[in-house]
Amino acid sequence: MSGEKNIYRRPLSLKKVYTHYCPGCGHSIVHKIMCELFDEMGIRGITIGVPPAGCAVLAYFYLDIDMQEAPHGRGPALATGIKRMLPDRIVFSYQGDGDLAAIGTAESFHAASRGENITIIFINNSVYGMTGGQMAPTTMLGQKTTTSPLGRNPQSEGYPTKISEALALMPGSAYIERCLVTSPASILRTKRAIRKAFEYQREGLGFTMVEVLSPCPTNWKLTPLDSLKFVEEKMATNFPPGVLKDIKASAKGSSGSNEQ
Amino acid sequence: MIIGEAAIRAGCRFYAGYPITPQNEITEYMAENISRVEGGVFIQSESEIAAINMIAGASAAGARVMTSSSGPGISLKQEGISSMAACELPGVIVNIMRGGPGLGNILPSQGDYFQATRGGGHGDYRTIVLAPGRAQELADCTMEAFDLADKYRSPVMILADGMMGQMMEPVVFREPKPRQYREEYTIKGAGEGKSKFIRGLILPAADMEAHNWKLFRKYNVITQKETRCAYEDVEDAQAVIIAYGTAARIAKGAIKRLRDNGFKVGIFRPITLWPFPESELQKMAESGIRKFLVFELNTGQMLEDVRLALQGRAEIDFYGRPGGTTPPPLELANVVARRLADKKRDFKHY
Repeated sequence: MSGEKNIYRRPLSLKKVYTHYCPGCGHSIVHKIMCELFDEMGIRGITIGVPPAGCAVLAYFYLDIDMQEAPHGRGPALATGIKRMLPDRIVFSYQGDGDLAAIGTAESFHAASRGENITIIFINNSVYGMTGGQMAPTTMLGQKTTTSPLGRNPQSEGYPTKISEALALMPGSAYIERCLVTSPASILRTKRAIRKAFEYQREGLGFTMVEVLSPCPTNWKLTPLDSLKFVEEKMATNFPPGVLKDIKASAKGSSGSNEQ
Repeated sequence: MIIGEAAIRAGCRFYAGYPITPQNEITEYMAENISRVEGGVFIQSESEIAAINMIAGASAAGARVMTSSSGPGISLKQEGISSMAACELPGVIVNIMRGGPGLGNILPSQGDYFQATRGGGHGDYRTIVLAPGRAQELADCTMEAFDLADKYRSPVMILADGMMGQMMEPVVFREPKPRQYREEYTIKGAGEGKSKFIRGLILPAADMEAHNWKLFRKYNVITQKETRCAYEDVEDAQAVIIAYGTAARIAKGAIKRLRDNGFKVGIFRPITLWPFPESELQKMAESGIRKFLVFELNTGQMLEDVRLALQGRAEIDFYGRPGGTTPPPLELANVVARRLADKKRDFKHY
């Protein structure tokens, strides 16, 4: 036994329970890399998270950190109250497309506008998962959902929302990146992005957000492998991955998006 | 602004609010004075919805918190209040009532009684509702609201109106009681220990039911221990006016005029609207008072609680002026005098 080196293990901050997430869901991946970061950065004890109303509503059963439930869409408002009272903690709001870009648009917009030192982890799967597959603000043109059965039509349903681009326009936004979790390389890239967001928060630089394009085999009615292709081929063209805002860097745009 | 000063003295460390007439003085006062509390933070939020959710987060983080608004804004806060009740989070919500429903107007009214005492958010919960009747009570009730919110881990509402807010009377701020609130109820980061979570979503029926009954038992304790009311001139009264807040001030003036003219009328003034002081009211009926007139600045809301308490035990009548008109005491005195003098129309109308 003495010659062996542990190179990989389940993160300590991830509770030893089965999750309810579907096979192939992006939540499991993001939960894992976040827990690895809580361990590696040593921040498990000073991190407070706000789960969404959405598939990840039970995240407090999985992430071994303090968490506080929020009404649908209001995570950034709760996170604001928490962070203002406990400025030395790492505070994040973990949200889906409906939570962040539909009902919660004002709260996310204004958290960025005020430059709140919180991080939003935005899981974008272009559909409403928990409630059974309805159209989301990020549902793409032509995409069929239970409330856009003929496919999203701009005349009646409008266009998909690119929230990261919108929030990147705010002076209060310090760092916003859009990522994938479709391959080991992109998963590592996402983990680096989340780490960077937490580091910027620690430095008090302002609002940070990481948008993760996430597979949803169940509601897309695709196999898990086809879902990964759907993210890479369809979602990534509509929602280009890359750094949208970085106040420390002079360059903006889709740098590094080719690291698939 | 009395409410703001009382909140500061009670150690309110976080305030979030959105401008709406007629309560902007509270928001502005908190902006100017919150820094007197150590670590105090003021945020003008983007909406009343954002404000109630910000105070929920700050409350869980261990701070005394307050938000304030008026009718339409209080409607927006209902989901958040329900959530705070479910999660057992303390907080103070101030409603300076105005004309309604809808946009209504900006004049004093008491049309939010139902909203305050029956929910107005979804689910099985109750909100302690304090109705100050004098400037001194604005101060006392506000400081008390923070204590009650902590003691019962629950949102507490202060129900006032624009006229009450404009009153200029001498006020003495009492010494605040030291805060007693257990760390185990707060979310501050797990440190080296076990993580905690605060949540209102309880999917299994048995667990949800247990939580509902737990809240129910808490509300029963509040009902037994925290009901407050006041009454005057009732020992020899032939009729008693039931009113709260500004309506009670008008009623007091009316009673003086009535007594000067030979009508023996008293006043019963609920100070907690929830829990409603029904047993005190019933005792009054049992002691021989047979005629009660409910006077509200609305079309009849507290009237229903009075009927629940007194129906079958006394005659109940009602006089109301909704929409923002605050009638002079003489108007109310005339109404009561006419009804008392009219042998053909007694009080048995409700």
